[in-house]
Formats: sequence, structure tokens, C-alpha cells
Amino acid sequence: MTMMTGAEIVIRCLQEEKVEYVFGYPGGAVLHIYDALFKQDQVKHILVRHEQAAVHAADGLARSSNKVGVALVTSGPGATNAVTGIATAYMDSIPIVVISGQVPNDYIGQDAFQECDTVGITRPCVKHNFLVNDVHKLALTLKKAFYIANSGRPGPVVVDIPKDVTAAKCKFEYPETIQMRSYNPVVKGHLGQIRKAVHLLLEAKRPMIYSGGGVILANGAEQLTRLTRRLGFPITNTLMGLGAYPATDRQFLGMPGMHGTVEANLAMQHCDVLLAIGARFDDRVIGNPDNFASIPRKIIHVDIDPSSISKRVKVDVPIVGNVPDVLDEMLRLLDGGNAAPDAEALAAWWQEIEGWRAKQCMKYTRKKNVIMPQYVMEKLYEVTAGKAIVTSDVGQHQMWAAQYYKFDEPRRWINSGGLGTMGVGLPYAMGAALQHPEMPVVCVTGEGSIQMCIQELSTAKQFRLPIKIINLNNRYLGMVRQWQEMFYGSRYSESYMDSLPDFVKLAEAYGHVGIRVERPEEVEPALRKAFTDYKDDLVFIDFITDQKANVFPMVAAGKGLADMILTEDL
Amino acid sequence: MRHIISILLENEAGALSRVAGLFSARAYNIETLTVAPTEDVSLSRLTIVTTGTDAVIEQITKQLNKLIDVIKVVDLSEAAHIERELMLIKVRATGKDREELKRLADIFRGHIIDVTESTYVIELTASGAKLDSFIQAIDAGLILETVRTGVCGIGRGERILKV
Repeated sequence: MTMMTGAEIVIRCLQEEKVEYVFGYPGGAVLHIYDALFKQDQVKHILVRHEQAAVHAADGLARSSNKVGVALVTSGPGATNAVTGIATAYMDSIPIVVISGQVPNDYIGQDAFQECDTVGITRPCVKHNFLVNDVHKLALTLKKAFYIANSGRPGPVVVDIPKDVTAAKCKFEYPETIQMRSYNPVVKGHLGQIRKAVHLLLEAKRPMIYSGGGVILANGAEQLTRLTRRLGFPITNTLMGLGAYPATDRQFLGMPGMHGTVEANLAMQHCDVLLAIGARFDDRVIGNPDNFASIPRKIIHVDIDPSSISKRVKVDVPIVGNVPDVLDEMLRLLDGGNAAPDAEALAAWWQEIEGWRAKQCMKYTRKKNVIMPQYVMEKLYEVTAGKAIVTSDVGQHQMWAAQYYKFDEPRRWINSGGLGTMGVGLPYAMGAALQHPEMPVVCVTGEGSIQMCIQELSTAKQFRLPIKIINLNNRYLGMVRQWQEMFYGSRYSESYMDSLPDFVKLAEAYGHVGIRVERPEEVEPALRKAFTDYKDDLVFIDFITDQKANVFPMVAAGKGLADMILTEDL
Repeated sequence: MRHIISILLENEAGALSRVAGLFSARAYNIETLTVAPTEDVSLSRLTIVTTGTDAVIEQITKQLNKLIDVIKVVDLSEAAHIERELMLIKVRATGKDREELKRLADIFRGHIIDVTESTYVIELTASGAKLDSFIQAIDAGLILETVRTGVCGIGRGERILKV
């Protein structure tokens, strides 16, 4: 067997893991790795313009597919710049492996040039991390990293490699599979518990299904859809779970939570049996848990992570297991038995729900001379026929995209739900566009968020990524402004975005197409043009939108889900 | 409620800080923490004394189990168990106090392990509560220094924590 350097081993491991793209930025501590990268062409490197974007792009690639995203950064500032990306992936349980260079072993602890304690800094925001101090451990560690990242509840894994390890040589051996005595994620759910759950579901008079990002991560959308249709129950998908159940289906009640629909929130609040699947009762989803739990109901919770169960809300039937496996088992039990849901009770429950739905809580007033942001989202949905991968940044535009773009399939909606990281939209779109060259990829953003990773327009040019950037430009940090209007006496402290660049010229300066849209009647033609004439270009459409539009419905922080503020209340 | 949580974890660099970091990140309370390798040096055994409601203790156990380096977690205080803590206490031992301190150490089954003209070091192994009573029993003015290991514990009988 030939001897390989640590750097060659790193690249070889990526090849073994069938990694197609690595997002990264070179620097002193990773020069050996970049040299090894140069000598092969199987793993393609995407040179970003800032390490944060490397991690977001790897994360976006992972979210849009079922693959582990990979980022490569240097020591010190390279690693610290990556931290926001890592924490973002951690909060949404996204499988990525981040390889960071480290100063040579001898230099560690000496305050060497570009040294930082990467393992220490990232520890609270990774699923696991490693410092590889010996080349003999390198291949096995990378194997473990990929395994840990993409099994159980997925998450980011950081592998920190001192420079001397990348130069040292050893034989290369890559294990096919791996066993760890300290890590054995559960797959199958407990059959007795699943039986109990099915029994409860069949007894329910006012059942409700609430599913989250876990269903998408576990590739359980198909099972979820079959189960929901089989039972005829209403369903809601959280911000992270959109697309797990077809949004255009009658049984779908829209998104729950702070900006959820009236019908989803009230059904969550008034149900007698709640089936929660791959969701974690997040504060933005259920509001105040005291109000949520005050109405008596039985909760069934399916999740691969035991620590998600009974964390914020006490659960009656916990089922720890992989979502598709558990749902398959539920379907099998339903098919095997004769019992059916109580049709009469269900009909009455649906009637109640249709009453809530009839409120049309997402209705908004159009203006003749001003573009309403919701209108842009509706038109985007129409023009792309609901078939695009849509990434978003964080703020009002994110909520409007989630509310007005109807996702019928999983892995089409990509956003930072947990950490709420502004700036993710463009790098997410880069990762998705590389992974899905055949699909239209749209980044819905705002003039605040887009400027947090605007430098990536350069990367998108270099790699010819035909992303369509939908900039909902209201000259405000909209969500901050909305809270200030509602809760801070309209004192708009630092939320006005002054001295904005001319985004059309900016896009052109990077070699892209820029379009400014200022009138409602121009919205649709501009979108059509972007997806036809400029199909192969990155198009930056700067929509000058209504400055005072707010996201409704809204449940104020700390309130219960029934406590919704609707448009007409103001 | 006070709980004694025993953890078997990989004896890897940084494993301890993952456990300690978890407690601070999630605002769990640590009263004492002790750690040392076991008879199998690839394993460390860690004992944490913490307090919290049942829900908090349940989360602590689940979160600990989630750490990749953690192999097993047991709440010792859930069933019959023994706990011990070691204390070394240096006292001013002059005049008639010398005799009194010796007698007190004997009553508490402690040993005097260092003697100078003016000081004793007393070694005492007992439950944490008993160490507290020993400290209470001595005139506070005589205590020069104390050092305690924190609690370590083990299940009674066939209750065994092993890989």
C-alpha cells in the first residue's frame, strides 16, 4: 500500500464519501490540502468570498438534497468566520462536515499566527467535533464525522486538522462501516407506543397533525402524506417542515405559529389529539407553552431525538424513532385493523376548521401605485408554477415567502428557521443551484439581509449560477420596524436602511443582470423575463415595495396561539 | 431535588468540557463534579451532583446521552446507592485545641495525615453531609484551608454501570 500525506487522505476521504462540491477558502493552515485538491478533479472546489458563505452554501446543498454538505476553511479567522454557518446548521439539524485547518501541533497553545481554539469555540454549536492530532487517526475520524453528521438527528461536525498532520504520511485505510460504542441512534420506534398512538388517533374527535423539519430531514414526506390522507385529518407544517405535505391540498391548513394561519393555530389550540412529528414545539411555533398546554389534549410525539420530547411541552405518548419507519408502522397497523376514524366527529371538526379558514387571514389590500410584497410572492409562485427551489433570508420577506409560495414537495423551501441568520439566502441558493442545475433556484431576500453576504455575487458569477434574486426592498429592516411599530410606539430606532446601493448597478458591476421594478403592473413581466430571456443568468430584481406592509397574522412573543393579531385589528 | 448522576464516557481530550459546557449552556446547576479514568483506561467515570425539578433532571439525562462521547448515564439517586466524598482540612492545632481536634477527627473516623508544631491536616471520607457537620463541629477560626473532591457514588448490590 502506498503512503499518502494527510492532505491526500483528506481529499481521498471526500472522494470515498462521494462528495461532489466543497465550498471553501484557502489559507496558510490548509495549503497542503489545497495542493492535494489541485492534483485531482473528482472533488470540485467552489471558492466563496467569505467563509461564512462557504458553510451556508454547504448547508444549502445539504438541505436541497439528502447529502452531507462540506466546507473547508483555514485556521483562526477562517474558522471563526465559519461559526455563524455552523451554528445555523446546528439549530436546524443539517448534516454538514466542516474541515478547518489548525496551526501545527507544536504551535498549539503558543498564540501562533492565525491560531484559535476551533474545537473549543465550536463545541456548543456542533453535533460533535474533533481535533486530529495524528495522521494515523485522520481517515477514521473523517469517516466518523460523515457518519455522525448524517445519522440520528443530523447536525454539523467540525474536523480540525493541524498543518503538520496534513504533511505527515501514513497508509490509507477507509472503513466501509463504522461502529461506535458511545453512539447508536435509534431507528425503529417502540411498537407498544406506536399501537397506543394509533389507538388514540382513532379515538380522536378533533385530531390534528403537526409536522416539522424532522420529516423532511428523514425523507418521510411520502409516509406523512399517505398517513394524513389515510386518516383524513387536518395537517399543518412548520416553517421548517413546509413541503412535507402538499400545500395545495385541502387537508393542509397552512403554517402554524407566530405568523401562522388562523385555521392552523386554532386547530393546534382546540384539537383533542395532537400528533407531532419531527417537530420540537419551538417558541415561534406554539407561543407560550403554558397557554398551549392549558387546553386538555393528548399529545403524541414522534422524534428521533429523545431530548426533543417533553422539552417544552409534556407529551403523553412519546415515540423515539426514525420518522418514516414509525409512520410506516402506523400505516401498517391501520391497514391491518378494521377501526376507522370517527367520521361524524371528524366532519364536525372540519366544519369548525372551515369556519376559521373562511376568515381568509392571508388576505391583504393591494395598492394601485405601490407594490405589495405579498403580491410579488403570489406572482413568483405563479410564474415558477410552484416548481422552484426557494431560499430566503430572515425577516418579513421570509414569512411572506413561507405564507404565499405553496410548497408541494420537500426540500424546495430552504431557510434558517432556528438561528434566524440574515445573509443565508444567497449562499443557500448557490448550494442548491450547484446540486440542482436543472431546477430554477430563487433567493427571496430583503435589502437588509442581502447585504450580509452580498459578496457572493462574485462567486455566483465565477460558477455561472443562474440564481434569481427577489429583493423585497422596503428601505427598512422590515421585521424590526414591524415590532417597533407594534410594541415600541413606532420609534423606528436604527431600522431605516439609509444609503442603499443601486442594486441594479451593483448586480451589473458583478457581471449579472439587474432589474428594478417600481410599479405593480411591472411585477409579473419582470419575473417572466427573468425566468425566460435571462434563464441562464443571475438576475437581481429589486422590487421597490410598500414600506409599511406588515406580516399577519401575528402572535406576539410570549402569547398563546389563539391570541392572534389580524390585519383588520389594526 | 438533589440528584447524583453517574456518567461513563470516552476518555478523550475535551470530553469533560463537553459535559461541563452542556451544563453551563443550558443553565443546569452543578454542585460537584468529579472525574477519573476507570479500570479500563479508555473510559472515564464522571459523577455530577445537580439539583432540579423532575423535568429538568429528565432533560439533563437526555442531553447527556446525546453527547457523542457519552456511553451511559445513570441517575444514582433513583435507587439504593452509596456516596462518598473526600476532604482534606488544614487546621490551626496549638495548645489545648490539639487534643480536641484529634478527638473530633476520631469521632468522625478521620485521620490526621500531616502534623507540624502548629497545624494538622485531617483526612475525612464520608457523605457530603457528614463532611459539612465536621466543618460545623470545628471552631471556624481554626480552619486554615479545606479541599473537597466532590461526590463520587456507586449503586448498591447488582446495580452496575458498565459498558
